[in-house]
Amino acid sequence: MTTHPTLNDIDRYADGDLGLDEATVWSIEVHLESCADCRARLAGSTTAESRALVAEVAAAVDSGIAAGPTPRSRALFRTPLRQRWFVATLLPWVAMTAGVLGTAALLTYFLSELPSIVLLLAPLAPLPGVAAAWSRRGDPAWELVIGTPSAGLTMLLRRTAAVLVLVIPVLAAFAVLGPSRANPALLLLPCLAFTAATLLLGSLVGVRRAAIGLMTAWAAAVVAPSLVTAELPVLLRPTATGGWAVVTVVLAALTLLRANSFRRLTSF
Amino acid sequence: MRAVSTAETAPTIHPWAIHAEALKVRAGRHLAVDGLDLSLATGVHGLLGRNGAGKTTLMRALATVLKPAGGRLTVLGSSVDGRADLRQARRSLGYLPQHFGYYPRFTLREFVSYLAWLKEMPKRDIPAATQRAIDRVGLTAKADARLRTLSGGMLRRAGVAQAIVNDPQVLLLDEPTVGLDPEQRLDLRELLRDLGTDACVLVSTHLVEDVVAACTEVVLINEGRLVWQGTPTALAAQGDERHPGDSPAERGYSALLRGHHAEVVR
Repeated sequence: MTTHPTLNDIDRYADGDLGLDEATVWSIEVHLESCADCRARLAGSTTAESRALVAEVAAAVDSGIAAGPTPRSRALFRTPLRQRWFVATLLPWVAMTAGVLGTAALLTYFLSELPSIVLLLAPLAPLPGVAAAWSRRGDPAWELVIGTPSAGLTMLLRRTAAVLVLVIPVLAAFAVLGPSRANPALLLLPCLAFTAATLLLGSLVGVRRAAIGLMTAWAAAVVAPSLVTAELPVLLRPTATGGWAVVTVVLAALTLLRANSFRRLTSF
Repeated sequence: MRAVSTAETAPTIHPWAIHAEALKVRAGRHLAVDGLDLSLATGVHGLLGRNGAGKTTLMRALATVLKPAGGRLTVLGSSVDGRADLRQARRSLGYLPQHFGYYPRFTLREFVSYLAWLKEMPKRDIPAATQRAIDRVGLTAKADARLRTLSGGMLRRAGVAQAIVNDPQVLLLDEPTVGLDPEQRLDLRELLRDLGTDACVLVSTHLVEDVVAACTEVVLINEGRLVWQGTPTALAAQGDERHPGDSPAERGYSALLRGHHAEVVR
């Protein structure tokens, strides 16, 4: 902070004394901005003329405030608007996923000779939601969003997390309450591995295409054969849990390495 | 009054806001921009060309949405081709796409603030910047209306508002005058002139008169290449009575395109 100006200087400043040189006026002004005590002294030395001017300005400002619109509450900017929009977009997908899983649970209940269909479909559960969260069809403002600095892996992960937060409780509920009482790890780990795989593949061909491709491949290679043979595939037996965990970690690490490719339209 | 950051007072060390050398960009499989050389400095530049000349693809590449297939592209001194880090350049970009998608349930204010947040503006600056952007495009009365209730011209202006909310140094507007009534077009021209004093504004349009009225420079492209670049006065001087058009600038425009076409055929 600069040194306090003398009371005499402040008086002359308040007076608008032309004898005061410019450098002194500047240094007084700079000091006044940061020193409440000197501002108080300045208030004491103001002339009637300046007090009248200040009163006039205050009256004008007051009437302007009274005539203008009421200030908006700041709360609007604090509400997580994007989540609101996002949840609204995702709800249909989650509802669909829950519906499919519910049907699978019913089928498993009535056709007890078949392997648990919930377990077979669980890996695919978050994929429609993830595809909707990062695709041109799911986000109408895609061209604006993908051109902003925040577009990238962080944003995709945030959206994916939102999908998982909505889907995993549904899966967990089926695991605990479902007729087959499946091992929760065998429901959740493949589901995470498939999400990571979608993101990794999505960095190359686009998330939507990756999700469709993986869903088709899993349905053709695992779901269909196990329904035909009525046997649970090796991949979904309790011994495979460790393998799924390793695959999830590896895929997630590879996705992080490809973080830069999520900044462009190709992944969208 | 706001504090000026060091980044803002730093001297610019790049000669051009936008600099492209032999730029190639694909639109699908087709090479829509094919060997374009372009240098743009501060001012309002009008991008003219026929349908399919590569205007929108060029805009998308400049907005860093599309990755160039070849050549070099520098925006505000930082390279935006290949594997470059785009964040720095993107913070100073404003972009209005040709097909402007929006969230129908957002109010205009929410939408512009969301985009400001995506552009990584400091949180406390966002409400004021949003209000200022909305005021500048003349939608103050509609600030709290939902986007689905706005008319086509208002949506276009809402698009301009989100583009200018971060005070961009490079502003790309793809056909901003579509759906505007004559009075609003005059206002937009005024706004463009104002923005062009300290930013590089590139406006793509089909309307030669808009370019002549609001732009300091005309950029004419055809089949993905630069055909001509110069002032609107020079454009008007290119044509004479033999060329089609209702104004000197339109005659100049058709003269240049015909000349280019003849060259390509030969």
